[in-house]
Amino acid sequence: MCLAIPARITSIDVAADTAKVALGSVGKEISLALIEDAAVGDYVLIHVGYALNKISEEEAQRTLEMIAQMGLLADEQELVPEPTSTVTGPGGQR
Amino acid sequence: MKYIDEFRDKGLARRLAETIAAEAHPGRDYRLMEFCGGHTHAIFRYGVQHLMPPNLSFIHGPGCPVCVLPMARIDHAIALATQHDVTLCTYGDLMRVPASERKSLLKAKADGADIRMIYSTQDVLRIARENPDRQVVFFAIGFETTTPPTAVAVKTARAEGLTNFSVFCNHVLTPSALQTILSTAGPDGVQLDGILGPSHVSTLIGSRPYRFVAEQFGVPVVIAGFEPLDVMQSALMLVRQLNDGRCEVENQYTRAVSEEGNRKAQALIDEVFRIRPEFEWRGLGFLPNSALALDDAYADLDAEERFPVEFAPAKEIKGCECPAILRGVKTPTDCKLFGNPCTPDNPMGSCMVSSEGACAAYWSYGRFRAASLQPKVESRS
Ligand code: SF4
Repeated sequence: MCLAIPARITSIDVAADTAKVALGSVGKEISLALIEDAAVGDYVLIHVGYALNKISEEEAQRTLEMIAQMGLLADEQELVPEPTSTVTGPGGQR
Repeated sequence: MKYIDEFRDKGLARRLAETIAAEAHPGRDYRLMEFCGGHTHAIFRYGVQHLMPPNLSFIHGPGCPVCVLPMARIDHAIALATQHDVTLCTYGDLMRVPASERKSLLKAKADGADIRMIYSTQDVLRIARENPDRQVVFFAIGFETTTPPTAVAVKTARAEGLTNFSVFCNHVLTPSALQTILSTAGPDGVQLDGILGPSHVSTLIGSRPYRFVAEQFGVPVVIAGFEPLDVMQSALMLVRQLNDGRCEVENQYTRAVSEEGNRKAQALIDEVFRIRPEFEWRGLGFLPNSALALDDAYADLDAEERFPVEFAPAKEIKGCECPAILRGVKTPTDCKLFGNPCTPDNPMGSCMVSSEGACAAYWSYGRFRAASLQPKVESRS
């Protein structure tokens, strides 16, 4: 019920305060009524047809780096992420 | 998918697990409550519990709005749809939740009530515009995440002068549920050492509202994202706080959550809603200041005012342990109905309906399915 999914804004309709987002291979129209300064290319969290917030690229990167550093037992080489899968589960779908 | 796959990386998960195992002191317990059903779901789906040392356990909290909605509110909604012949619109999650006498919105719909599943509040507005002769009621439910879209719909309806739109409001507030859980924690309630704070609720309200958890109750909080690496990193952050004797609100989900949250959405909530003096939660009882109703300025759009209904007191299903599960004092396998007859295909309680409910998570990911279950029970894994 509170799940939300990240999606990239592909176009914006300023008059209607809506945007089109790319969700995998599907396009979807969402409302921008809850956020400010959205721009094409931004990633936003989508929930029940609304963008809830923007996702910060730098923060995402920083978190991944922190996770990598937290794995104290890891050796440097292993830190390269494994190839990403295309599986998205119900956790990310709604 | 960007911002999803990176946070499901198996190699990183394994190393995080090793770090947690190395840092958790074998002599103590780490009982971490994941408040949100989204975390419960992630923990089961990715088997996160199995990567944890035996003395670190996840306790499932009341953070699934569908699960905590008391039966009486669904009875109320059904009565509203049937006694006033309105078009009742709601999110799909609610359709199969059992109401009294084993009714549900889906059953009421099959019996002829005009009940529709919508994806967004924009759909409700569209239905109202397209059917000016029918009263359209939005059965609104959800925590702070789902509340602002309702506020937008209310404001839009007012601006457009839509007279056939109203809201049956069931929006609830996360901090007050946490407050209740923590107030009853201890020898008689649930034993808690730390809390994984809500992800998407926090994108709206920010991390600040959780300070009372650390300050008043001495329980550390880490606001945690919903992907498996987020959950694991947050668990490690809690282990470190506990080991250091620290008690703070930390934010793991910084890519979407700030300290102050989404101000624009908060302002909308403040404008459109007021706090109810009390509201019933399944499992937690009547909690003061724990839910929202439409503000007086929008009272004419309040379906409870517009369509008074009568219905008998709710009848809970005998044996369903959802209330205790929502308080964190029991687990689904403690319920005699778990698996037989209660399954996601034949839910007896709300915790088995929502994919974020603890019972549904236990059942769907099968790891806790007792070998003794009747063979006729269909497998879903
Ligand atoms: S297994 Fe079914 S009946 Fe038992 S607590 Fe869970 S939802 Fe309720």
